[in-house]
Amino acid sequence: MSAFAGFVAKEVRHILRDWQTLLILIGMPVSQVLLFGYAVRSDVRGIRVAFVEPAPDAATASIRARFTADGETFAVQGTVTHVDQLESRFRDGSVRQAVIFPPMFAQRLGAGERVPVQVVTDGSDPNSGGIMEADALAILRRWEAERLVGQVADVPQALRPARIDIATRMRFNPTLESVNLFVPGLVAYVLVIVSALMTAITIVREKEMGTMEMLLVSPLRPAQVVIGKLAPYVVLGFLDVILVLAVSQVVFHVPLRGSPLLLLIESLLYILTALSMGILISTSANTERVATLAALAGLMLPTLLLSGFIFPIAALPAPLRIISNVVPARWFVVIARGIMLKGAGFAELWRETLILASITAVFLIAGIRRLAVRLG
Amino acid sequence: MNLAIEARGLTRRFGSFTAVDAITFDVKPGEVFGFLGANGAGKTTAMRMLIGLLQPTAGEAWVAGYAVGKESELIKRRIGYMSQRFSLYDDLTVSENITLYGGIYGLGSTEIEDRRRQLVARLGLEGREGALVRSLPLGWKQQLAFSVALIHRPSVVFLDEPTGGVDPITRRKFWELIYETAAAGTAVLVTTHYLDEAEYCDRLTIMVDGRIAAYGTPTDVKRNAGAATLDDLFLRLTRPGASE
Repeated sequence: MSAFAGFVAKEVRHILRDWQTLLILIGMPVSQVLLFGYAVRSDVRGIRVAFVEPAPDAATASIRARFTADGETFAVQGTVTHVDQLESRFRDGSVRQAVIFPPMFAQRLGAGERVPVQVVTDGSDPNSGGIMEADALAILRRWEAERLVGQVADVPQALRPARIDIATRMRFNPTLESVNLFVPGLVAYVLVIVSALMTAITIVREKEMGTMEMLLVSPLRPAQVVIGKLAPYVVLGFLDVILVLAVSQVVFHVPLRGSPLLLLIESLLYILTALSMGILISTSANTERVATLAALAGLMLPTLLLSGFIFPIAALPAPLRIISNVVPARWFVVIARGIMLKGAGFAELWRETLILASITAVFLIAGIRRLAVRLG
Repeated sequence: MNLAIEARGLTRRFGSFTAVDAITFDVKPGEVFGFLGANGAGKTTAMRMLIGLLQPTAGEAWVAGYAVGKESELIKRRIGYMSQRFSLYDDLTVSENITLYGGIYGLGSTEIEDRRRQLVARLGLEGREGALVRSLPLGWKQQLAFSVALIHRPSVVFLDEPTGGVDPITRRKFWELIYETAAAGTAVLVTTHYLDEAEYCDRLTIMVDGRIAAYGTPTDVKRNAGAATLDDLFLRLTRPGASE
């Protein structure tokens, strides 16, 4: 057995022996996919809606019936005569939406008047608020459109079409599509934990235990020590990539429209990026605690927030948008989404790949140089 | 050259601070050589240069016949090192640690097997080969670390405060191991804070502010300075005026 092979074997043994950590590293990606897949559905069901009708008539009853008919989306809570009567129910959450009709609704519509209908929605959670609003507007619009078709001769400007159109609503309510969007980001996130955090910790642990000195005094070269420590984590990271992709495909049917080989190669590149960030952290950190905090604050949060994983890059304020350019996950997310969802090939993605490779090269050179200085 | 270690004007500066100031000494094969000094006197810096963890700023040194700073790779194969922090992997077993270090130093598997058996027998660890190092008492761990540092039969072994934090009986046992090793022809350079341990050394140096303030056998060093004990001498050198 060569010295290097023996060293790698030792590293593998460390990983296998610490089965709790290993369980987390393998279980976490799976549980994250399931969590995101089921919990981050932006679909809102059973919206508790109430109606305010000072004078119920045929038109309000017809609209109310539409809401009642869509029992999956709406849970109709009844009708009151004045909006003040809903105040406390809005506050305790038993009503989340109110559709308010003016008096003499049907009559004024018939007269061709422009009649306002107000939709009030609980906006304490902006995400679900927006969706609930869109759901109500969709029903009102449909009702209005059908009424117009039935009464072409007498076109009243009654209910103007809602400004929020259906296309916008689809973006916020894509049960399965949201899964598709986050899987690439999730791969980036998981790899930061497995590759960057774990390599930073494993190198710093040797420094802390004093075994690093023993290794540097031994005939092993510093490069062999570093590569030997990282090699098992490349394999582990790769395993996690495959695991995330497999679970998201089997459970959520996330498509993989492009080349699986290209996706794996790009993942490998990104694993190297994460490793190089881990090395960089390990050169500055002297304790595991510092390494962990640095990786959490310095890597995981930017990966979550600035990569387009959760918040679209375009929605970020300008300074953060500029910073996001040096967050490697941002480029990996573009690449992975391109391959998985659009079936893009290297011809479309070479620019992002080049950027990612350049960032990796800079990090690696900086990391190894700093490590060499620390060791020398 | 037959010396295990030879240093000629070995110097290390950090910026304007001179940590090791032109020290000259030698260690013969089979000798137990004590490296004494207060904290910050330059012992560890000097040792780090000799084992190849630091480049010398000036001066020359040879370890096992090879030039320090130029033939580091050759030196590394011929020295053993035990740092003041405990330096085995405590989540690996006794046996796995032995295999790992044997492998790193390029021993074949039959050699490793032989030495494992000898080592386990010598330390009385029979039946505990499969135990995690974490579960061993500190004294045993240190003896094991020392034996593992010798697994490749180095010609020089460096021990950086090897007996810190252990009880007197364990310290005594540890020194017996050191003597056994030296008797087999290996030079042992050991830094220590315990002056009673210094008495066990064949020869020693006391470093003060990066310089060698005393150098020779314990008896010579005491006689030259007119001190009754090493304790006296050490205090006089490291805190001038304190014992006048």
